[in-house]
Amino acid sequence: MTGLPPDIWQPVWLTIELAAITTIILLIVGTPIAWWLARSKAAWKEGVAAVVAMPLVLPPTVLGFYLLVLMGPDGPGGAIAGLWGGRTLAFTFGGLVFGSVIYSMPFVVQPIRNAFDAIGDRPLEVAATLRASPLKAFWTVAVPLARPGFLAGAVLGFAHTVGEFGIVLMIGGNIPGSTKVLSVAIYDYVETSQWREANILAGGMAAFAFVVILTMMMLEKRTARIRG
Amino acid sequence: MADESSLSTLRSHALKHVLKLALLGAVAVGLSAGQAFAASAHVAVAANFTEPVKEIAAAFKAKTGHELVLSFGASGPFYSQITQDAPFEVFLSADSARPKKLADEGLGVKDSVFTYAIGKLVLWSKAPGVVKGEATLKDAKFAKLSICNPAAAPYGAAAVETMQALKLDAELKPKLVEGANITQAYQFVQTGNAEVGFVALSQVINDKDGSRWMVPQSLYKPITQDAVLLKKGEANVAAKAFIDFLKGPESRAIIEKYGYEVAPGKAS
Repeated sequence: MTGLPPDIWQPVWLTIELAAITTIILLIVGTPIAWWLARSKAAWKEGVAAVVAMPLVLPPTVLGFYLLVLMGPDGPGGAIAGLWGGRTLAFTFGGLVFGSVIYSMPFVVQPIRNAFDAIGDRPLEVAATLRASPLKAFWTVAVPLARPGFLAGAVLGFAHTVGEFGIVLMIGGNIPGSTKVLSVAIYDYVETSQWREANILAGGMAAFAFVVILTMMMLEKRTARIRG
Repeated sequence: MADESSLSTLRSHALKHVLKLALLGAVAVGLSAGQAFAASAHVAVAANFTEPVKEIAAAFKAKTGHELVLSFGASGPFYSQITQDAPFEVFLSADSARPKKLADEGLGVKDSVFTYAIGKLVLWSKAPGVVKGEATLKDAKFAKLSICNPAAAPYGAAAVETMQALKLDAELKPKLVEGANITQAYQFVQTGNAEVGFVALSQVINDKDGSRWMVPQSLYKPITQDAVLLKKGEANVAAKAFIDFLKGPESRAIIEKYGYEVAPGKAS
């Protein structure tokens, strides 16, 4: 029981990689969705908002189950995997990224939408009267004003991807270096009664969660001060 | 006066009679209530035994009135949970090491450990004609082969032993995907995400469409599945009755129907 297994840090790096890629994709995909949700007058807007928010209340096993079926050779995932000669999107890092993007979407879209909502119409109308194009107004007015929302979304999206468990357990296949992320590694150690290793990783996760929440609270305080 | 006294004796007679009847009635009600009063027991069951134990639980309830509360999972986590005071009263493990360990550690009732089933490993595909015996593993014309976690579930360990015995373990390693328990290993094959997988015979015994290879017993150590009455269930009539029922002919018939062997000489 002396020394740590040499591969104990592999899941840590893999998890950070997964969370970073997922967060970047979500900032790119999530921003237009958040913008549309904040500005659109469409009646069915809240329907879309509800779909985006669903992973908040769905058990990860529900998502994991559907993803397992969708990613399989008979689902659309199998067709996509066929493009590079694969059979399935399950058991791959790419599959995990896809699952994480869906799972973490509300945690990124919601804060950004709130930030866009808070700006209101006025600054954008002013920008328009100064002959800024809508795109220019978006980049030079809306985005800087919504910066705390982007920051909060990025932090929450990253943190939730790090903490994801049910989905990766169901579609990952526990492959070291490819799908064996932190939460699954901890589960594995507990399963096989390697409690020291489990403790190290789980303790690290708890510390990480504390730092994230503290950061969020400080961010919120700063935002409140700016607004006030 | 005489009338009155006879009346009073009559009355006291009647009263005695009524009291006696009431008492008898109470005893009778008590007795029948005692028989009908069904207890319940919490049972942790290795995932490969899910289907048979459901059937056994139904038969057990029909016969005794006792209810079983069943939890399914891999044997490894169940062991960990029991050491941490989980409320299970009986543990049907997928191996023989963990029940013995629990008995040695004082968490299981000594001498209550017995083999309830001997499991069989199969290589399975949901498509016909894919699995054709040992050659399927040698040719390895598949992208993914699913097993369950060998460290936590004996069927996973048996799968690894089989690959080692065939000297294919290094070759097949990059193709392995691991389910947290045997149910998940089966799911991976069922959804087609893995073309083939090592599963328990009990899981696919009623599946007529797929293809399978019964792994010869010479390639892996017998999967002796042991049960143990846990200390928490020592005082529970339902838990003890279930252990007896599991050894009985009704249960044995169900167990064999699902493709398990039953340990010889354990019939009661």
